[in-house]
Amino acid sequence: MTDASTTTRKQEAVYVYQAPVRLWHWVQAFAILALGVTGYLIGSPPPSLGGQASDWFLFGWIRYIHFVSAWIVIVGFLFRIYWAVIGNEQVREIFVPSFWRPSFWGGVWHEILWYLMLAKEPRKYVGHNPLAVLAMHFLYVWGIIFMIVTGLALYGEGTGMDSWQYRWFSSWVLPLLGQSQGVHTWHHLGMWVLVVFVIVHVYVAVREDIMSRQSIISSMISGWRMFKDDRPVDRD
Amino acid sequence: MVQKIETFYEVMRRQGITRRSFLKYCSLAAGALGLSPAFAPKIAHAMETKPRIPVLWLHGLECTCCSESFIRSAHPLAKDVILSMISLDFDNVIMAAAGEQALSIIDETVEKYDGNFLLAVEGNAPLGEEGMYCISGGKPFVEELTRVSQHAKAIISWGSCASWGCVQAARPNPTTATPTHKVPGIGDKPIIKVPGCPPIAEVMTAVITYMVTFDKLPELDNQGRPKMFYSQRIHDKCYRRGHFDAGQFVEKFDDEGARKGYCLYKVGCKGPTTYNACSTIKWNGGLSFPIEAGHPCIGCSEEDFWDKGDFYDRLTKVSGFGIDANADQIGAAAAGVVAGAAAIHAGASAIKRIASKKEDA
Repeated sequence: MTDASTTTRKQEAVYVYQAPVRLWHWVQAFAILALGVTGYLIGSPPPSLGGQASDWFLFGWIRYIHFVSAWIVIVGFLFRIYWAVIGNEQVREIFVPSFWRPSFWGGVWHEILWYLMLAKEPRKYVGHNPLAVLAMHFLYVWGIIFMIVTGLALYGEGTGMDSWQYRWFSSWVLPLLGQSQGVHTWHHLGMWVLVVFVIVHVYVAVREDIMSRQSIISSMISGWRMFKDDRPVDRD
Repeated sequence: MVQKIETFYEVMRRQGITRRSFLKYCSLAAGALGLSPAFAPKIAHAMETKPRIPVLWLHGLECTCCSESFIRSAHPLAKDVILSMISLDFDNVIMAAAGEQALSIIDETVEKYDGNFLLAVEGNAPLGEEGMYCISGGKPFVEELTRVSQHAKAIISWGSCASWGCVQAARPNPTTATPTHKVPGIGDKPIIKVPGCPPIAEVMTAVITYMVTFDKLPELDNQGRPKMFYSQRIHDKCYRRGHFDAGQFVEKFDDEGARKGYCLYKVGCKGPTTYNACSTIKWNGGLSFPIEAGHPCIGCSEEDFWDKGDFYDRLTKVSGFGIDANADQIGAAAAGVVAGAAAIHAGASAIKRIASKKEDA
């Protein structure tokens, strides 16, 4: 690999992550962190407190933080879908990956080789690389949709049979996924899918920031994609 | 059995019940149904004018705990329901008659009240081996069930067996025990699920009282359960809910929390996932219910409650992973493997980078 740090770069940086997307990303990140921690505690509560019931509201607060964070994720996700429609080209790639393009799968294969350390250098992308698009689409997009649907189904149990949450979600999700207890278990497994996603996401972001040909982490803060060499970017 | 169709009131008077007692009973029934006192005269009017509804109560694969519960109803008393409100023409468990003559009552009722009798099903029909796992009156129960159901006005699925399948339908369900609504050939009759193992006595009698009084089915949720009893979870009305919100839990059955009556969530209480009226109507004439007695709810009115893991675990064991593990154990293991793989990959990446830098140098 050529060390490009000393050469002057002519290729211009691209403004890839628009401000609303960056804001959404970080709000989402912290909300999901809060959801993961409180969700785990709802399944496995902290050690029992003593004294009078009126002295504490610990479990109430844990559940409250879970619900508030969940609403933030839901509203954020709906906004993100809206932004995918009106935003720039890269913003919609995780929702509608270019599955129909053979070159997309060529790109996936190349990324696999890159991660198996069989490819000498990675390709260069303005948005996500094709493998990242696949992971984002299946683990994150479908993962979060699954969590929102099962989450609202469980929330609807508390708001009652006359609530829109129950009518729109609980009424069909509960019988479909093994009633209330079954949905709890699925929601729990969904959390771990997202945990796995976050581990991979963070690791890969750090690794690519160091080893790929473009900036990664700073781009999600500043919005600008910088490139480490002057050769043209790859489409897929 | 019943020659002339009498009204409830006529039957009651014939049995020596005074008008005063009759009106008292109507008020009690209104109270039991959660109706305002204004409904007591309506109930009285209905009972004075409407003929008694014939009921056939059939028993499939089951333990008769529904019947045991039913006969202990306090408000209204089961005897009032059986003797005054409905015409319980056939019920193999509590009827004195037996044999072919008793069985002929089924045919008689089906013929005489075609489309106008209620079919109460306790237990379920095993479909395996063409129904040979449950023989009633010399024939597979499933045959009797599907034949009679064609002529019924509506079907009541008593208990978890008829509603969901219950224990005999637990994995691997060797007899293919099948809840009423899933039996092929049951027809399109309205089915009222009254789940529980057993259902609460007062819930059973109230469902009948409602249908007799208003001549219609009670309002059902989208899974066919009467909303007035199954629209909330045990947890929603649990008297220990305050301890749940506070974060005060029983950790072990002999600890301080257990003595103080803390929440049983951590010892596996299924109250938060169980739709039933135990925490409001309670059992044994409103005396107590499992959680009040210090035991976690096992979720007996829920579908497949038997296959939802240990009664004393909060998190369900997920089968199919070789050993029993709950969602957290599976998820943590997966996350651990992925994190480990990432760490190894990071190490390999670092070595590669150093190597390639040396190459370039």
